[in-house]
Amino acid sequence: MKVLYFAWLRERLNRASDEITPPSEIVTLNDLVAWLRARDEALDLAMENPAIFKLSINARIVPGDTPIAGATEIAILPPMTGG
Amino acid sequence: MILVSKSPFDPGAEANRLQAAHTEAGAMVTFTGLVRSHPDDPITALILECYEDLARNELAAIRDAAMARFGLIDAAIIHRHGRLVPGETIMMVMTLAPHRQAAFDGAQFLMDYLKTDAPFWKQEETAAGLRWVEAKAEDGDAKNRWSR
Repeated sequence: MKVLYFAWLRERLNRASDEITPPSEIVTLNDLVAWLRARDEALDLAMENPAIFKLSINARIVPGDTPIAGATEIAILPPMTGG
Repeated sequence: MILVSKSPFDPGAEANRLQAAHTEAGAMVTFTGLVRSHPDDPITALILECYEDLARNELAAIRDAAMARFGLIDAAIIHRHGRLVPGETIMMVMTLAPHRQAAFDGAQFLMDYLKTDAPFWKQEETAAGLRWVEAKAEDGDAKNRWSR
């Protein structure tokens, strides 16, 4: 599956996305974020205040306890500043 | 209507088109958001990043929620992204209702949700370079008042 990064998160990581294959024990979005942070120090630092980020699965914003089964595109979304 | 695009649009023409489609409406509220430059801290442009698929889905969900909650006859959201210069229109919200209160409330609701839940990120371009616009805590407060 693909993980997308936006705005200043994308800049801090120097990339817009990752192609990942999480292990089977990763069940929810929160599990996935913890797994991604554990393997990437830059992401871990950038997400030191995890509550400010929204998460999406297949282009819908969903809570962190949502299972990732069936997900093809996940995104980590910094606080939004549209309007 | 939900429109997410890099292209400029004519707010007056959009409003006239929506109004003309609904003779049963007694009230219409339109809001347009503009790129502004502060005289003391001028910007040369505003650059909006967007996650387009998510933006279309979330804006449609926010619009559906407003239509149901306020009994709107119609509602539309147009939001641009890309590089915009001061004076340009960034976005527009329109609501049509039988009476004014629903139209006003619906437009406020759409704006308050859009500010925190629509995946756009603004970057200001200045003589010194680019800087990300920080999300405002009061935007979250403005949205939360609708769930009280």
